[in-house]
Amino acid sequence: MYRIVSKKPLNSTVTQMEIEAPLVANKARPGQFIILRVDEDGERIPLTVAGTNKENGTVKIIFQIVGGTTEKLNHKNEGEYLQDFVGPLGVATHTDGIKKVCIVGGGVGCAIAMPVAQEFHALGAEVTSIIGFRNKDIVILEDEFRACSDRLFVMTDDGSYGQHGNVTVPLKEMLEKGETFDQIITIGPLIMMKFVVLAAKPYNIPVTVSMNPIMIDGTGMCGGCRLTLEQDGKRVTKFACVDGPDFNGYEVDFDEAMSRNRMYMDFERHAYEEACNLFKKEVA
Amino acid sequence: MAIVPKKHEMPSQAPEVRAHNFKEVALGYTAEIAVEEANRCLNCKNQPCVSGCPVNIHIPEFIAKVKEGEFEEAYKIISMTSSLPAVCGRVCPQESQCESKCTLGIRFEPVGIGRLERFVADYHNENSKEDPVVPESNGHKVAIVGSGPSGLTCAGDLAKKGYKVTVYEALHTAGGVLVYGIPEFRLPKAIVAKEVETLKKLNVDVETNVVIGKTLTIDELFDMGYEAVFVGSGAGLPRFMNIPGEAYKGVYSANEFLTRSNLMKAYRDDPVTPIMKGGKVAVVGGGNVAMDAARTALRLGAEKVYIVYRRSMEELPARKEEVEHAQEEGIDFRLLNNPVEILGYNNPDDPRDPKNGFVTGIKCIKMELGEPDASGRRRPVEIPGSEFVLDVDTVVMAIGTSPNPLIKNTTKGLDVNSHGGIIVNEDGLTSREAVYAGGDAVTGAATVISAMGAGKLAARSIDEYLSKKN
Ligand SMILES: Cc1cc2nc3c(=O)[nH]c(=O)nc-3n(C[C@H](O)[C@H](O)[C@H](O)COP(=O)(O)OP(=O)(O)OC[C@H]3O[C@@H](n4cnc5c(N)ncnc54)[C@H](O)[C@@H]3O)c2cc1C
Ligand SMILES: Cc1cc2nc3c(=O)[nH]c(=O)nc-3n(C[C@H](O)[C@H](O)[C@H](O)COP(=O)(O)OP(=O)(O)OC[C@H]3O[C@@H](n4cnc5c(N)ncnc54)[C@H](O)[C@@H]3O)c2cc1C
Ligand code: SF4
Ligand code: SF4
Ligand code: FES
Repeated sequence: MYRIVSKKPLNSTVTQMEIEAPLVANKARPGQFIILRVDEDGERIPLTVAGTNKENGTVKIIFQIVGGTTEKLNHKNEGEYLQDFVGPLGVATHTDGIKKVCIVGGGVGCAIAMPVAQEFHALGAEVTSIIGFRNKDIVILEDEFRACSDRLFVMTDDGSYGQHGNVTVPLKEMLEKGETFDQIITIGPLIMMKFVVLAAKPYNIPVTVSMNPIMIDGTGMCGGCRLTLEQDGKRVTKFACVDGPDFNGYEVDFDEAMSRNRMYMDFERHAYEEACNLFKKEVA
Repeated sequence: MAIVPKKHEMPSQAPEVRAHNFKEVALGYTAEIAVEEANRCLNCKNQPCVSGCPVNIHIPEFIAKVKEGEFEEAYKIISMTSSLPAVCGRVCPQESQCESKCTLGIRFEPVGIGRLERFVADYHNENSKEDPVVPESNGHKVAIVGSGPSGLTCAGDLAKKGYKVTVYEALHTAGGVLVYGIPEFRLPKAIVAKEVETLKKLNVDVETNVVIGKTLTIDELFDMGYEAVFVGSGAGLPRFMNIPGEAYKGVYSANEFLTRSNLMKAYRDDPVTPIMKGGKVAVVGGGNVAMDAARTALRLGAEKVYIVYRRSMEELPARKEEVEHAQEEGIDFRLLNNPVEILGYNNPDDPRDPKNGFVTGIKCIKMELGEPDASGRRRPVEIPGSEFVLDVDTVVMAIGTSPNPLIKNTTKGLDVNSHGGIIVNEDGLTSREAVYAGGDAVTGAATVISAMGAGKLAARSIDEYLSKKN
C-alpha cells in the first residue's frame, strides 16, 4: 500500500498528490510514468511522474478527473493509501545535445510537460514554454512554468486569460519570424499535438510528442498500447509503454491513435456516472 | 481382474451450462473414482510413464498409495519432485507427456495420471492444515524475478533450504500466466493464491509492483545484498501477424484479452476495466492460448466464436482435452484458413460516426497441406483465389509470444539468442555470474511443468553455488 502524503487541488478538475513510493522516487526521470490502482479490484491507470522528492521518498502526480478511476482517486485524502503504484515506466525524455527547446503543453498535458521543462532548465538549456487552456478557470502550473522558462506564453482558447488563441499561434509566429529550436516537445490532446507537428513541419524542426494510449500492464505484455509509426515508408508497430511514451511526431499515425483512444467511450461514460453516483455528484 | 479399458470419466459441468459461467469446467475425481482409476495402473517395473514427465514424478509409487486410500502419503511422494501438483494435474498436456508413455495406452486408454495427481493435490489442500516448517536461516539472500511457475518453484525450493528469498513481480498479483493468462474455468485463482500463501509462510517475501529493469536493476539487487538472482520473467511479449487492419478497435492480443478478463476481472457484471463483450469473435491460432481466448469470449456472451487456424486438426498444438471441451461448448473451428486482412468500418460521409474504426470482419485465405517442414508437420500452403470474409466484431490474435527485452536491455553481459530467449547452461546459469534463468524467458512459450522444472534446477544450482561460496 502506498500512502498519500499530500493532496492539493490545482483547479476544479485537476488535483496534485504526493505518494510515498521510495523505489519509484529514487529512479524516476522526467518523461516517465507510473501505473496505479486506487483500490482492490480497481482499474490500472497510467499517470506521469510530475516530480520526485528522493529524501522523503515521494512521487508527485497531477491528474485530471475525466472518468471513473480518476474520480475515485480524487476522493482519496491525505493519509489514506493507494492499493498499487508501480514504476517508473517508459523511456525518459531525451535531453542530450538539446540547447534550445520549445515545450508546448495543453490542458493537463502541462502537468506532464512541467518536469520536462524543469529538467531542461536545470541542464542549462534555453526553455521557451507555451501552455494552453480552454479558459481562465483551469489554468494550472503557471508559476512553476515561469520559474523554469526563459520565455512563457500562456494561452486561452477564449481569451479570458493570457493571450487569446491556441498554442500553435505563438509557435507559428516565432517560427515565421525565423526563430529556430533544437527540439519542440509537445504534450497534450492528440489533436493539439497533431497541429503542433503540422506547424513545425515547414521548418523541419524535430518534434517529440508524448503519446497516451489506453494501457493495462505498462510492461510490454498486453500490446494494447500499440500505435503505428511511419518509418522509411514502412508502417511499424510500437508499444507506447516500453518504446515511448515519447515518439517522433513526424512518424506517428495520429488518426489511428485518436480512433483507438475512443474504443471504450460508452463504457467509460457509464463507469464515470457510476463513480459519480457513488459520490453523489452531477456529471457535467 | 479384467482391465477397465477406459479412463474414468472426469465429472464436469455440462457444456450448455458451463458456456455461460466462469466456474471450473472439470470438477475433479471423488475419492471412490480416484481409487478405481488408480486400480487400473499395472505398477510397471520399468516405469515408462515416469520418463514422460518432465520432472519425473514417481508416478507408480504415488498411484499405489492412492489405491490404498493413503492420499496424504501419495501427496508426499508427488511433492518430492513437483511443487505445483494442483496446477500441473489440471493443465499439463498429459497426452503428450506422462500418459503418452503409459503401458496401458498401447491397447487401452492410459491411466489418468494427471487426474489422479489433481485429486491428490486437491485432497491435500482441503484436508491438510499443517503449516510448512520454516527451516533455520542459512544467512544467504536470493532474489527471484517474476512470480510465474518457474519463479514460485525456485523460491519455494530455496526457502526450504533456509535461504532468505524475495520474489519481485511487475504486476499487482503474483502467479504469472497462471493468474493473468489461464482462465478461472480451467485453473481457479484460489489454487494459485494458495501456493503463494504457502511461500509466504515459508518466509518468502513477495514484492508486487516492482519491475526489474525499471524499478530496480539486476545489478542493484546485488548491491542490496542478494548473492544470486533467478530470472523467471516469462515470454509475455505478444506477436501480431503484421497484416492490414490490426489497429482497428476490437483487435486484441490474446494477452490483452485474457488479462482484461482474468487479472482485471472484466468478466464480472459491473467491471471497472472494459472489454468487448458479445457479438461475433474470431480467435486466430491453435494453441492453449487460443482455446482459452475463444472459450473466454464465449463466456463473456459472444453469440458466435470461431477458431481460425492455418493447419488442420491434427497439428492443433492445444491440449486435447481443451479442444474437446471447446468443441462441446460450440466453438466453430475454421481450420486450414489463414487471415490476410482485418476489415473495419469507415463511413466516408461522416468522420465522426461512432462506428468508425471498429472491426467488421476478417478476410482469410484457404490453405492446403503441402510437404512436411523442418518440424515434421506438413506445411500449409495458400490456395490461390480462395479468399473469403468472416463477419466478426472482435479478433483475438493468439499466435504466440516472445521474451520481453526489458531485463536483457538493462543487464550488461546477459546473453540472449536470436529469439530473445536468455541463454543458460545445463545448470540454468546465464552468461552473468550468479544470475540464473529458466522457464519461458529461456525457452519461449512452453509449459507450466517445464517452467517448474527449470525453477527446481536453478534452485539446486544456486544452492550448490552459494554453499561453495561459504
Ligand atoms: C503514459 C501516460 C501518461 C499519462 N499521464 C497523465 C497525467 O499525468 N495526468 C492525467 O491527468 N492523465 C494522464 N494520462 C491519462 C490518464 O491515464 C487517463 O486520463 C486515465 O486513465 C483516465 O481514467 P478514468 O477511469 O478516470 O477515465 P476513463 O473514463 O477510463 O477515460 C476517460 C478518457 O481517458 C482516456 N483513457 C482511458 N483509459 C486510459 C488509459 N489507461 N490511458 C490513457 N488514457 C486513457 C479515454 O480515452 C477517455 O478519453 C496519461 C496517460 C498515459 C498513457
Ligand atoms: C493463455 C495461456 C494458456 C496456457 N495454457 C497452458 C496449459 O494448459 N498447460 C501448460 O502446461 N502451459 C500452458 N501455458 C503456458 C504456461 O503458462 C507457461 O509456459 C508458464 O506459465 C511459464 O512460466 P514462467 O514462470 O516461465 O513465466 P510466467 O508464467 O510468464 O511468469 C512470469 C512472471 O514474471 C513477471 N515479470 C516479467 N518481467 C518482469 C520484470 N522485469 N520484473 C518483474 N517481474 C516480471 C510477469 O509479470 C509474470 O508474472 C499457457 C499460457 C498461456 C498464456
Ligand atoms: S506433472 Fe504433468 S507430466 Fe508429470 S506426471 Fe503430472 S501431469 Fe504428468
Ligand atoms: S506406465 Fe501406466 S500402467 Fe505402468 S506404472 Fe505408469 S501409469 Fe501405471
Ligand atoms: S500497456 Fe500493455 S503492452 Fe503497453
